[in-house]
Amino acid sequence: MAEASPRPGETPVIELRNVSKTFGEVRSLSDINFAVYPGEIVGLLGDNGAGKSTLVKTVMGFHKPDAGGDVFFKGEKIDDWSVARARGLGIETVYQERALCEKQPIWRNMFMGREPRTAWGLLDVKKMREESARLMSEHMGFTSAAVHPDNVVTTMSGGEKQGVAITRALYFDAQLVILDEPTMGLSLTETKKTLEFVSNIKKAGKSAIFIDHNIFHVYPVVDRLYVLDRGKVAGVYDKSEISMEDLIDRLYRVARTGTLE
Amino acid sequence: MSDAKPKNNRVAPPSFLRRYGSQLGIIGVGLVMWLGFVIAAPTVFTNTFIYVAFAQTTPQFGIIALALTFVVITGEIDLSFPSIMALGTAIFCIGVTHGLVWPAALVLGLATGAACGWVNGFLVSWLNIPSLVITIGTSFLFRGLELVIMNGTGVPLTADMYPGLHALLRESYFGVPVQTLWMLALLGLTWLLLNRTRFGAHVFLVGDNPTSARLMGIDAVSVKTRAFMLTGVIGVFAGLMTSVYGYYFWPTTGDGFLLNTIASVFLGGTSVFGGTGSVIGSFVASYIIGAINAGIVSAGINAFYTQLCFGLVIVISVVLQTIIDRKIRRQSITGR
Repeated sequence: MAEASPRPGETPVIELRNVSKTFGEVRSLSDINFAVYPGEIVGLLGDNGAGKSTLVKTVMGFHKPDAGGDVFFKGEKIDDWSVARARGLGIETVYQERALCEKQPIWRNMFMGREPRTAWGLLDVKKMREESARLMSEHMGFTSAAVHPDNVVTTMSGGEKQGVAITRALYFDAQLVILDEPTMGLSLTETKKTLEFVSNIKKAGKSAIFIDHNIFHVYPVVDRLYVLDRGKVAGVYDKSEISMEDLIDRLYRVARTGTLE
Repeated sequence: MSDAKPKNNRVAPPSFLRRYGSQLGIIGVGLVMWLGFVIAAPTVFTNTFIYVAFAQTTPQFGIIALALTFVVITGEIDLSFPSIMALGTAIFCIGVTHGLVWPAALVLGLATGAACGWVNGFLVSWLNIPSLVITIGTSFLFRGLELVIMNGTGVPLTADMYPGLHALLRESYFGVPVQTLWMLALLGLTWLLLNRTRFGAHVFLVGDNPTSARLMGIDAVSVKTRAFMLTGVIGVFAGLMTSVYGYYFWPTTGDGFLLNTIASVFLGGTSVFGGTGSVIGSFVASYIIGAINAGIVSAGINAFYTQLCFGLVIVISVVLQTIIDRKIRRQSITGR
């Protein structure tokens, strides 16, 4: 088990130290230590309710960690961690629930929360439309007649919606892309495309956190794996240390007994 | 048809009807109704005085409808603006009767509107209280505060006392009542604010799906609060406009404004579910509602018919809007 830093001397893009998160009586995360290094794809595995989504939303600044836990970005401790701050520093997320506004046209969704403005301080709607059209044809490979930047998201298929969410995450030159169950509800070809996309992140020298129920999707693309169980880090593995069969065995064991060994 | 595919994989934009259907619908209703009035009472409706009359009175609630559109798009409602109108105008009156120059008192009044809007916005967005409930509460609160401060008395606001104020809110320029010039100016401003600023973009996103908006780093609390503050400020401006029009501030200012204004917003095609809406729709709808008021009486129809006519126009328009909207949606869904 790789307890110590897997890359001595290197600074993680994002690091959580002793992070806990309590919602009322429920402790969703307890004393999490978690780090993602540059150019690394980290897998996050765990059963339902293990705290994967809470962890991701804490990394993203949506949840504030309980007192005593700290967030570091490139080695610097950040106290006023928020979604706007995280996105400003280059952390983007493709959420499980996609985080789209379905009654709005694609261009509004594409630039949600960071709309470009003209020199006059007004919204650059022309740019938003043109860039959305360009991104859709270049990156998402949309050729469908129903997809135009002015189309509202409701009219799109699940894969197309996911395409919007993924393109949105990549467009802004993200340092770290978080993918929360990106293959959920997708067809086989759409899933394949999404997985290719994850490997492209690494080729571009960027980092990613990849969360999925399906270990067959996670294992091939990641460098390191965190296993979460009941809000705790149950284990951290380098992919070279563990085979997929071994990992599956341990996941079964952790679900039954709460320990990996 | 499958052979209707665009060439070279070029993507087709949504149809003009799809995008502007509800706005065109409301303008159509307005025109049809106007023609109806012209046919029913040609002598009245070919004379300009009727248009001047309702160009003076409609903006009194119409400008609030423009601002309220923002609140409704965020998925909320403000029922307290009639009380804010009165409270802000009361503060203005106290200012001028205590020796303040009227522009300073105006700023004070508008600031009161902003403060009331902030209270509403804070309670709704920060404490997550349904706006339908809490703005009934604040409505009594603001009205009660105004009645206590004014002790139930009014204040005269005549033209020889405040010529500047009357020039600003009651005169006509180039034959157009200044009220309608304000309405046009505010239409331009609110259109820009809604469609060409980040705040406007966030109003749509927060109203559509607040969770998604928050996940993408949009401060929903601030967006909603600012929408309520806008309604508060414009509400006070409308309160002053109404009082100056009647040369007198009545402590009951704002009574009778609630339903007209809210009806204008919904008649204008802004969805009660949040996320969609337009200030142009609210603008046209305000004049339709204003025209019914002025039109029925001027056409010599018994004034008891006003409410009946209101009801018919609003119910039929909203039903038609919904049906057209569903039809358009279904087409675009089955088209893929």
